[in-house]
Amino acid sequence: MPQLTVHSAGPGVTVQDLGRPGWKAQGLSTGGAADPLALLEAAALLGSDPAQAVIEMMGFGGVFRLDAGTRIALTGAKMQADIDGEPITPNATHFLPAGATLTIGGAKQGVFGYFACAGGIITKPVMDSRATHLTAGIGKRLQAGDMLPIGEDPDRMRPPQKLTPEDRFSGGVIRVMPGPQTDFFAPATLALFAKTSFLRSPRGNRQGIRLDHEGGGFSTEGGLNQVSDLIVPGDIQMTGDGVPYVLLAECQTIGGYPRIGSVIPRDLPKIAQAAPGTKIRFQFLTVEEADATATSQGQTLRALEKMCQPMVRDPHDIADLLRYQLISGATRGDDLERP
Amino acid sequence: MPTTEPELRPLGVDGILVRFARRLTSQANKSALDFRDRMQAADIAGITEVASSLVSVRVGFDPDVTTRQEVAQAIKAVLAVHETTVAGPKRLWRIPVAFGPAYAPQLEEAAALAGLTPAQAIAEIEAAIVRVMAIGFAPGQPYLGMLPDHWDIPRQSSLTESLPPGALITAVRQLIIWAADAPTGWRHIGQTAFRVYLPETSQPFAFTAGDAVQFHAVSDSAFRDIQGNNDTNGGATCEVLR
Repeated sequence: MPQLTVHSAGPGVTVQDLGRPGWKAQGLSTGGAADPLALLEAAALLGSDPAQAVIEMMGFGGVFRLDAGTRIALTGAKMQADIDGEPITPNATHFLPAGATLTIGGAKQGVFGYFACAGGIITKPVMDSRATHLTAGIGKRLQAGDMLPIGEDPDRMRPPQKLTPEDRFSGGVIRVMPGPQTDFFAPATLALFAKTSFLRSPRGNRQGIRLDHEGGGFSTEGGLNQVSDLIVPGDIQMTGDGVPYVLLAECQTIGGYPRIGSVIPRDLPKIAQAAPGTKIRFQFLTVEEADATATSQGQTLRALEKMCQPMVRDPHDIADLLRYQLISGATRGDDLERP
Repeated sequence: MPTTEPELRPLGVDGILVRFARRLTSQANKSALDFRDRMQAADIAGITEVASSLVSVRVGFDPDVTTRQEVAQAIKAVLAVHETTVAGPKRLWRIPVAFGPAYAPQLEEAAALAGLTPAQAIAEIEAAIVRVMAIGFAPGQPYLGMLPDHWDIPRQSSLTESLPPGALITAVRQLIIWAADAPTGWRHIGQTAFRVYLPETSQPFAFTAGDAVQFHAVSDSAFRDIQGNNDTNGGATCEVLR
């Protein structure tokens, strides 16, 4: 079985997939990738199963080697990356030869970067998923010396692909739908919330991110005595002092702080990928408008597959062109006819 | 019959929350658990999740298969059926707690908010047989209730950054055996050595919603002995009642 060796890793590097749905009543949130869209992008590029596990890197990557050549893709946050010193582009497939060194640096845009191998990471599943869930004690952060089994590349000769995803690293207007507690807030508080400009705080992780703003907090009458209730990722929770947190994949399942609304799943990757300091504003949708944005993972994957294009390398972009054997590949010209 | 009509509210683009009350009552909790059971038994196409909380149930659906309107109608049809009578608890857990100052940094403060001395507060907690009203926030973590009315004390406005696992904490007439690695606004009034979630075992979750729980005080030194003994789960016993 091919192995992926971690030679170094940033502090937030974990194995993730699309998570573990169905355990909410036992207190275990779905978890999985903080930006699930990036997993679908990797699956579209590599022609692989979107349920496969990948490596998620929060803010900073690491150094990796494989003992068998495989196609790889980097999606999500834009991180500086190279194979044996030669820079590679994100949102494209690349061949990582056996023994070559893949170095992934810090995020230049976005927060959560993903490194996918064509055959997926095939660690032992726990409750039908390979996703690390740190707050639930499932899996752990990766560190130097870790070895992970990976699946064989099912289609090594598949032509390289590239994809130009929609920008989701610059914050902007985030759409919110009403939730069970939206009407616990006074209309004036809701109006103020929709007018306020927020900055993504440096405080944030896979559970949620804090938003900073000027002015007072957003509170409800009797907010601290409210009965705890079910949460979904995307919920915007107001803590005791009325500071908003947007909850992400690894959030708790029940919470007592009032929630003003819920970021629609389509826009949640923009929240996850907003680097500290990114400007964010919220726009309330009606329930009907929000429902109209619901897209299944299958639909999203098919749309991404259509966006993939074959990658043609322009010799102008190859920094070390002279290193390549450009002429010794000449043949007799009848290769295709020979058996 | 519930005293008020349950509220149906959106919770995500693929879910409806059915809320039986805006305040926690034993009746609302019973209605929620009962509705959960009947909704699960109804086995409706396109429903992906039926998860209960203290006073509410989330019904998740697949928007590719069904619509919010159809799911709302199915929910109303189940609600229209009379509730079944829920029998008493199936199991009674007895769990030791240390209440010494080192193990209960906010006992005095919480007791004062409830209008009690620390000794009275401990006696009332020992006397209460609470029920697992919901499991959540962290894996296996129980919301236990309800304590008498004067325990309706609010959460703190500032968060406690972290608590030891097994901490006994309180707010709004409930107790929690803490299992999360997260900040909380609940007050820390005692310490158990009980683990509600054992991910490495075949039965990872100790409690089932509906279980009864009674706490009893032990001295700090007896508690340290319990902590050092791995043969039991925090010195707890579990009696099957029916």
